[in-house]
Amino acid sequence: MSAEGRTEAEATARADADEEIREELPSGVSPGEAREGARDATSWAKNVSTLEVAKVPEGAVNINVEGKRLASPIQGFGKMWQKTYRVRIPGERVSPTDLIALWKERFPEFWPEGNRFHAPLTGISPGEVALINAALPGGMKLSTGVMVLYADEESFTLMTPQGHMFAGWITFSSIAREGDTVAQAQVLMRASDPIFELGLALGGHRQEDRFWEQTLTALAAHYGHEVEVDTQVVCVDRKRQWRRASNVWHSSAIRSTMYTAGAPLRWLRQKLGRGSAGGKSTA
Amino acid sequence: MAGGITTTMEVRQPSESASIIDIAGDVTSASEDVLMNAYGRASGAGVTSLVLNFGGLDYMNSGGIGLLVTLLVRAQRQRQRILAFGLSDHYRQIFELTRLDDAVGIHDTEHEALAAAGAN
Repeated sequence: MSAEGRTEAEATARADADEEIREELPSGVSPGEAREGARDATSWAKNVSTLEVAKVPEGAVNINVEGKRLASPIQGFGKMWQKTYRVRIPGERVSPTDLIALWKERFPEFWPEGNRFHAPLTGISPGEVALINAALPGGMKLSTGVMVLYADEESFTLMTPQGHMFAGWITFSSIAREGDTVAQAQVLMRASDPIFELGLALGGHRQEDRFWEQTLTALAAHYGHEVEVDTQVVCVDRKRQWRRASNVWHSSAIRSTMYTAGAPLRWLRQKLGRGSAGGKSTA
Repeated sequence: MAGGITTTMEVRQPSESASIIDIAGDVTSASEDVLMNAYGRASGAGVTSLVLNFGGLDYMNSGGIGLLVTLLVRAQRQRQRILAFGLSDHYRQIFELTRLDDAVGIHDTEHEALAAAGAN
């Protein structure tokens, strides 16, 4: 075979390999980047300055996600907490990787009633954005979202945008331990602004604990296992970051309330708009 | 990332006010003991800047980033700054994505990081 022939054969083999790799990669990551990058290159979302929502699913509201920046605990206001929720499921019922695969695929199904996670069409994969309708105390509805920051076979992490209840991320993971499969949700967060901080102190923390406990109970129940959730809460930093108090400007609670209050006005405007459009067409 | 410890963290003190932690291997939530132990050795009396050398970093997941946030809180409590160098483009982007770069000064070389720490 000539050198030219070998090069062509190599190129064809590389193209075939690329095609195989491409199917496994998150959007925006090229096979070349995956080959030359770190071991975790395909597990992380691509760097973005602001969030974009590809498609707004029916019933979801995209007023607090599009154009927002991500917010880590460093950008939050309140005390910093690490909350860990854990269940043990007999290892013969599911392996850690199978549990994570199922959790990713059917993530919204395990959420408590009254809350809705609009999973991205392509599922939980790095860089995808999901919209959330959450129930708050007092019957208030909150529209927010998360981005999939990291996802591999053993874990996935959702990170919050500016204006979310808290600034930080939640990592869902699973490991094998003493014959059991341990499923875990771990939140690292600060309340985003003073209003959410007050809300957390006045029952929000309890509600959040209940939320993830119910989620993990539902996950264990899927494998036919009834179990109590082990909850550990650690205050990592008791200091509030007062310089971040202005985060309240992005508050999804305030914006969601204003959006709900403005519904009759939007309805009226839509009606009038239709009416005038109809008038023009018949004139 | 199951398995044993795949992280090593060596500590150097090039000046009275700055310590360097040379990170090699994987940084995940399983690295907590190694990192906090290194932090304990690095933050002696008079140390006001901790410089993290990521030149030997092989792998980091979101648990590892969480660990760095926790380290940052501990350092801030001691009124210490955290600086970093040796990050590949990939990990530099992750620092930007997770907005860790808001609180950690990122530099290309050890010399630049130490200069920023006022320790050259």
